[in-house]
This record gives sequence, C-alpha cells and structure tokens, in this order.
Amino acid sequence: MTPRIQRLRRRSLDAQPRISVERAVLLTDFYQSAAARNASVPVRRALAFKHILENKAIWIGEDELIVGERGPAPKETPTYPEICLHSLADLEILDSRPKIPYAVDNDTRRIYAEKIIPFWQNRTIRERIFSHMTEDWLAAYQAGIFTEFQEQRSPGHTAGGDKIFRLGMADLRLQIAEQIHKLDFACDSHALERFEQLRAMDIAAQALIDWAVRHAERLEAMATAETDPARRGELLEMAAVCRKVPARAPETFHEALQTYWFVHVGVITELNPWDAFNPGRLDQHLYPFYRREIEAGTLTEDRAKELLGAFWIKFNNHPAPPKTGVTGQESNTYTDFALINLGGVDRNGADAVNELTYLILDVIEEMRLLQPSSMVQLSKKNPDRFIHRALKIVRTGFGQPSVFNTDAIVQELVRQGKDIGDAREGGASGCVEAGAFGREAYILTGYFNLAKLVELTLNNGMDPRTGRQLGPATGRAEDFVDFAAFFDAWRRQLAHFIDIKIRGNNAIEQINGRYMPVPFLSLLIDDCIANGRDYNAGGARYNTSYIQGVGLGSTTDALTAVRHHVFDQGTVRLTELKQALAADFEGFEDLRRRLLNETPKYGNDDEAADAVLREVFEAYYAAVNGRPNARGGVHRVNLLPTTCHVYFGSVIGALPDGRKAGQPLSEGISPVQGADRNGPTAVVRSASKIDHLRTGGTLLNQKFLPQVLADDTGIRKLGQLVRGYFRMDGHHIQFNVVDADTLREAQRHPENHRDLIVRVAGYSDYFVDLTPALQEEIIRRTAHDDV
Amino acid sequence: MTMDGMVFRIKKYALHDGPGIRTTVFFKGCPLRCWWCHNPEGQGFEPESMPLTTDGNPVGGPAEIIGRPWTVPELVAEIEKDRIFYDESGGGTTFSGGEPLAQPEFLDALLEECRRREIHTTVDTSGYAPPEVIRTVLAKADLVLYDLKLMDDARHRRYTGVGNQRILANLETLDGRAPRIVIRFPLVPGVNDEEDEIRRMAQFVAGLKTVHRIDLLPFHPIADGKYRRMKMENRMAGVKSPTRREAEKLGALFAATGLEVRYGG
Repeated sequence: MTPRIQRLRRRSLDAQPRISVERAVLLTDFYQSAAARNASVPVRRALAFKHILENKAIWIGEDELIVGERGPAPKETPTYPEICLHSLADLEILDSRPKIPYAVDNDTRRIYAEKIIPFWQNRTIRERIFSHMTEDWLAAYQAGIFTEFQEQRSPGHTAGGDKIFRLGMADLRLQIAEQIHKLDFACDSHALERFEQLRAMDIAAQALIDWAVRHAERLEAMATAETDPARRGELLEMAAVCRKVPARAPETFHEALQTYWFVHVGVITELNPWDAFNPGRLDQHLYPFYRREIEAGTLTEDRAKELLGAFWIKFNNHPAPPKTGVTGQESNTYTDFALINLGGVDRNGADAVNELTYLILDVIEEMRLLQPSSMVQLSKKNPDRFIHRALKIVRTGFGQPSVFNTDAIVQELVRQGKDIGDAREGGASGCVEAGAFGREAYILTGYFNLAKLVELTLNNGMDPRTGRQLGPATGRAEDFVDFAAFFDAWRRQLAHFIDIKIRGNNAIEQINGRYMPVPFLSLLIDDCIANGRDYNAGGARYNTSYIQGVGLGSTTDALTAVRHHVFDQGTVRLTELKQALAADFEGFEDLRRRLLNETPKYGNDDEAADAVLREVFEAYYAAVNGRPNARGGVHRVNLLPTTCHVYFGSVIGALPDGRKAGQPLSEGISPVQGADRNGPTAVVRSASKIDHLRTGGTLLNQKFLPQVLADDTGIRKLGQLVRGYFRMDGHHIQFNVVDADTLREAQRHPENHRDLIVRVAGYSDYFVDLTPALQEEIIRRTAHDDV
Repeated sequence: MTMDGMVFRIKKYALHDGPGIRTTVFFKGCPLRCWWCHNPEGQGFEPESMPLTTDGNPVGGPAEIIGRPWTVPELVAEIEKDRIFYDESGGGTTFSGGEPLAQPEFLDALLEECRRREIHTTVDTSGYAPPEVIRTVLAKADLVLYDLKLMDDARHRRYTGVGNQRILANLETLDGRAPRIVIRFPLVPGVNDEEDEIRRMAQFVAGLKTVHRIDLLPFHPIADGKYRRMKMENRMAGVKSPTRREAEKLGALFAATGLEVRYGG
C-alpha cells in the first residue's frame, strides 16, 4: 500500500458517521418551488436530483485520486425524507444508541424541527405504504412474522452491467432522444407517460454530467492554488478526467473507475436504494482498460493498485443510510452491501479469471475494509489457483471474500427464464442475491419468519407472546394424529402469511412505481430507456421480487424434534412439550437435554433431519415461487438473514429443538448454532439437500479455527470442500476464521479489538459494533477444527 | 454380511490421516497401552460410558456411551456419504483406532468393500498383530500408516505394554507387499527423543525396500481432558509438546538416511 493510500485509509477509518441535513434541505427547497409543483412525477424526481447535485457541497479530500462524495464530507450521511421521515426522537436514537450510531448535531435537529418535519409529514412513501396495508398485514408485521424492506428504503437491489463502462451519459441522452422521437402517440396510450419518463431520464443524465464538471472546476481552482507541482499535475489530470466522464465513455483505467464512482454516488443520492449500488463484475469491466494501458505503457501494476485503493476508500466513506426500528434490527450495520464480483465466466461461458482478478484480490487483502464487500465467483472452469488465492485472504480472518458458485448462479437465472448470456454476465449482489447485472430489477421485499410459524402451529394460530389469534385456526396440536397432520398445519400457516405478504408487496410495488420513480437508476439498467419505463415500474428487462426465508435450520430442527419425539418415538407427549415451551424449559431441564442431544439435527448429513429440511424448503418454495408481482414479473425465494435471525428470534418463545425463548434463530441455511457435530463435509452435504437452483440465493456460514488453514494443505483441502459443495449445486459459502477465545477477549476488551472483523451473514462487520446478542450468536456457531 | 465391528468415532473432513479429504473410522480396542495415547477412550474393546465433564460428575450424570457395534454395510454407507469430497480431493477413508488390526475380519471386509467401490483406503496401525493378518489383511490397504515408537524392546514394553519384535518383523513382512507404507513416529519427550534411539530407527527404516517417508508427530497434551473424563491416570501429565526446532533437529537424523520427513503428518 502506498503512503498515500495508507493516509486515505486511516482517514476513512477514523471518520465517524454523522447525519448530514444537506440533502434534506435541498430536497425540501426544491419541493417547495413552483418548478416542482408543475412537473410530472418522474420529471419532478429528476429535477430534485438535478437541484441536489447543482447545489450540494463539493468535497475533494487531500491525497484523493477518485472524487465524489454523497455528503459534504466522508461518512456524512444524508437522509431521504421523501421515503422515511425521521422524527426528532429518531434523530436522538441515531445519535445516542450504543451500536451503529450516527452523530446528529443541534443544527440538524433544529432544521428538522423547523423545516423538514413540517413539510414532509404525511407525504412520505413510508406513510403511504402503511396507510395501504391491511389489518392482517399490520398485525403480522408487528408480530414479527415478516419485515418490509421498503418501509425506510427504496427498492434497488441491483448491480451495474458493462454499459456504464461502454457508454457515456451523452450517449445515453442520444438514445433517449431517439426513443422520444419514436414515440407513437397515434397508437400508444402510454406515450405521454413514456415521454415524461424519458424526459426525466434525460434530465438526470445531464445532471450527473454537470456535477462532474463542478468537480472539474473545483479541481482546476485547487490546482491553481497548489504549491506542490506533483499534486498540481494530479489535480489537473483529475480535472481532465471529470470534464470527460461520465459525459463520454471512459478510455483509461482511471477514467473507468471515476465513471463508475460518479454513477454510484448518483444512484445513492437520487434515493436510498437497498444495497447502495454495485459495480458487479469489476474485474471484467475494468480488464479491457487495464490491458490496453499496460500494453501501451501508460499504466503500471502499482499505479493500478493505487487507483483501486483510492476507489475502495470511496466505498468505505459511505455508510448505509441510517436505519431505525425494525429495519434497523433486520440490517443492523454500516455496511451497505456493495459486493464486488470477481472471476466466474464470460458471456460465452469461458473462464473469465484474468491477471486483473488477482491484482484486485491483492487490493482486497491489503485494504482490509468493510466496504466494499467482496466475493469470488467460482466456476468449474476457473483454475484452482484462483480459489486458493481467495482462501488465503479468507485465512487472514476478515470474512472476505465470500465464495459463490457461478455455475449454480447461471442455472438459477436461466431457470427463471433469462437469456444464458445475460445470466453469465450476472452474479450475486447484496449478500447472496443472484441477478442479471445491468438488466434486472430484483427487489428484496422482506424477511419471512419460518420458525415463528412452528410456534403458531403449536398454538392453533395464536401468538403466545401476545395471546392474540394471529394466524388461522389450524387445529389443536394435541389432536394431530401424525406428523403429516402437524406439518400440514404449519404449511397452512405459511400459505396464509405468504399470501398477506405478497398482497402487501404488490401494493407497495405500485406505490413505488407510481410515486417514487428513479429516472437516474433507470438510465443504467436495460431496457428502461427502450421501454420508456421506470426501474421501479417494470422497465427493466427482468423483474423479480424476493421473499427471504429466515430460520431454515431452526424450523427444521423444531419440526424434526416434534416428529421424532412426539410422533415417531412417542417419548414425549405434545401436552408436556407445550408446557415445557411455555415455561421456557424451567423445570423441564431433562426434556430440554433430550431435545438438544438426543434428536436428529440438520447439518449432520442425517436423513432423519434432512428429510424435514426438504419438506420445509419445498413448502416455502411452493408458497412463493411464481406468484405474480406488480411489475410484470414473479416472486421467487431466497434464503438469507442479514441480522434478522436475531430480531426474529427475539419474538419467538422456546422451540421444540431446545432453543430457549428469545434466542437468535439459525442464520441463512446454516445449521442451528452448535447443532452440527460431524464437521464441515456433513454440513455442506445437508445444505445441498435443498435444491439451490430453484432459489435466487442461499447463504451458508462456516466457522473454522485458524490452525485448520495454517498451511497450504489446509487451503487446498478447504478449496476441495468448496468444490465438492459446488458440485452438489451449493450457491454460496463463506468463512469465519477465528477462535472463540479471541472473540471472548474482544468482548471483554473492545478497545483493543477495534479492528477485529467477522462474517455476520452476507457481509462482514466489526465485531465490537455488533449487538451483544449477535456477538453471542457468532461465538456459539460451531467451529470446525482438525483434531 | 452380518459381521459387526466395534467403532468409537467417525471423523469426517479428516485432513491428517492420509491424502485428500478423508473419513477416519476409529476402531475400538487396542492391545497396546501407550503412555501418550491420544484416544484413551479407544483402548478397551467394549462400549463404555464417558462423562461429559472433566470434573468427575456423579454417577448417572450426563455421559456419552463410547463405542457401538457397526455392520459393514452400515459403516460403508456412512463412508460413502462423503464420496464427492474424496473424488474432489483424492481422499478416501482411514481405519484407525484403537487398533484396526485387532478386528481383522471386520477390517478385511471393509477393505474389500471399499476396493470394490473404488474408495481409497488407509490403515493407521501399531503393527501389533499376527503375521498372517499383516499378509492377508493389512496388505490390501492402499496406504499403510505404520507406527514405530521405540527400537529398544525393553523401553517399548515399558511405555506401550508390549515388546516391539513382532512389530518390527511385521513391518519387514509388509515391506514390498503393501502398495504404499509411510512410517509414523510419535516424538514423545523423555521417551524416544534421544538421538541414539532415533539413529537406530532411521537405520532400520532406511533398510526397508519400499518405505521412503516418515511422518514425525510431535506429542501434544491434547488428550488430558479425556483422561480426566475417563478417570484414567494420564502418565504424560505436565509433559509439553516438543518445539518445532527440537522436532526438526531430530527429524534431520531421519533425513540424513535419505528419508523424506514430514512434520505433523
């Protein structure tokens, strides 16, 4: 790492997240203007975007090579009152909460009280959403049956394709002009809507160009004042880059990185979409620029690494937008899930690993930053050297990169009806979500609490936490004659709540499509321009909605325990079991011990449990897959939790697998913490018994003790474990390489372990920033040793 | 086939018991009583109860039963589960213990069945068995990990409970008969870490026709908790692992005879 990158990195790490009121003020100013009142919805959104970029402070830091900040300075985080308006109490919580705080100064509070809150009250998307939800939906939401992703953030969940690197904004404007010219008012009853949408995209494209020019002007002024001739030269070079891109297509490595970065900040300034934005297949996009310049002698490896380092820091400067309430609990992290994809295959299916792939892996290892997240796509066609290199970074113990199965992702996307070339140019974004990069709007709609339904099934649809009849009366559990009857009741609870969730989703998608278009993001994703339709309204080539199942392991083990002890062995009566659960096992310690130790558990390659796993998966799949969404696409399943397994666990009492009330659920498709006792091959064998190819992503976390990976043999064999899992169509696997002693020590002395990074779910986080419940959950995960 | 064998543990993703990713099957029962034994719960031939805690919890407290009979088809089905990882890594199954040669018919049936299924087999043995078992059973393994502990017969008897003449003779019998043999030498401080002793062993091994590698396994006090749980005397209590430098210094004596030396197997 060069001294410059060391300094930039240190400054980024030292900067504290703060709330910036700048965007809220500019947005409100604009919405109060006559221009806003007179414009159509999409044009109003585009003009708001333009107004913000024209007036926001330009920040160019010392030593920087890549420029552009969302806030007035690094980690100064804007708010999005048109989506979700923070109350003064929310601001207080953000400022003072012990984990994931954002500092809020008095000016911000005052401006919120005087200007932001009075204007936006009753105008937000959040309020609109809740006002359209049924009582059933609200009751289920409050009980923790599911969460709602769009209550505080806008849809997004997408990654850029290569278009960003091939076309400038000026080229996109020409495409838009052409589309406007082709509008057929004679026959197309939506021609006016398309016209307004295209005009909005055009305004947004020009707004980004103008914002880049503002940077160029500032850089030129800085160059004039600069006394160091070397830095002056750099500033002038950067100014030239900003005058050229993103207006025109990039031609150099530096220009390509700067282009993406302007686009990235554009997306996260327009709104606060989930997962920020994502360059997707970064090694593929950058390779032509890299190769051309290396051959021409205008770029060295070292310079490329320095530019990449500067680029990495920009991601780390941008914490996730502030999240509170349930959204805060389901995704309790500063990480905003931009996930760099490396490796995989190209559009024609050939091995895509190149020398830049390895160079970027070096950068990931050296930078050791939370953001951006990173992953490798491993195809059967990729060389072992590639996975070995990635695992050597994993060994350093910061949970990155995660490892994805390219061949599975391609099959998942093709099964969903996508073109195979589009599938091969896709990958995984966010935590583990498969998508056709640059061409798909794949919206995550919320987490779904599979385990809570076991509790409802045991109580005839009543939620024992509140005494409320939440679900349908599916029968007294004591009356079920066999496990099939019990499972069928669980399945009916599932169908009931999935139906509620999907009705809500489709209303919310229409709300976002109608009231909160994203003309800038729509520029980037095919075929929004060609269709003259917004990203949020079905303009993309592919439109998918996901419901993310949580607690697969806990649900499987709970149902397996009922099957094994109550119905198969007859060793426990259901009434006794219910009494024990109601008492949280107080006075039932021996029963709990049997449930924990004398019951088949998922994660051990034990068919007695894994058969139930398959039934749970198939029921969930059948309930969700193929149900229409409101954007011309359908719903699909995926299985990941972020931090929601902790929240969902907190709303469930004791479960028949021996889990005590309030404890976190299992995470992703990982086994219940501590239940897997036969080593990692048994875990991945169990995990492969669901059909990953019919999901849009699964998440498997494994913890290894550092000594397992101490030598190259350990690395090689871990690579073979991964290859084995992927031969069985596993979607994803990731590793924590850390021992429990280290984590305990970090709990006792957080001040000495500020830099300890662990894998949580589909992302890494600083261990000391995690809630105590999540810290405990990670410590309890089984660690595989080699003794 | 209805033959049963007594097995006390099946370890998957075993990384140090032969090539690739392996499933190691620990046979219960051993004719030796090595002071440094890492698996004291595998010494007796019958199932036994081992308390779950090290502080000698009362009778009837939580305990696990160590060892149970397995049929050959049942055990082979368990081994087959990780087939995909053997294929991926060039791995297979390892029969260890206890002493696998102490259940020769069971081991023989397993070796035959694995060969039929193209699963690579390794046997990790003390070599203490009748010579015909060495010739007719052990030689069927694709790889033999053959323990040598001490060249001095009296000391061998003291520290393992049996003399070493049969073990050395069996190794000579096996030499040339088994497809591949690797010697495993547990380096135990105060027992077999004298240079003279090691020179003698190196000379003996170097005289074998087909043995070219020796794995030097430094003693580790890892089993202390198990001794306490089993309420057995740990005669190595307080003994520490040799350092890497000490191990390498002694390993060099093996290497001097032209043997390949690996540390930790």
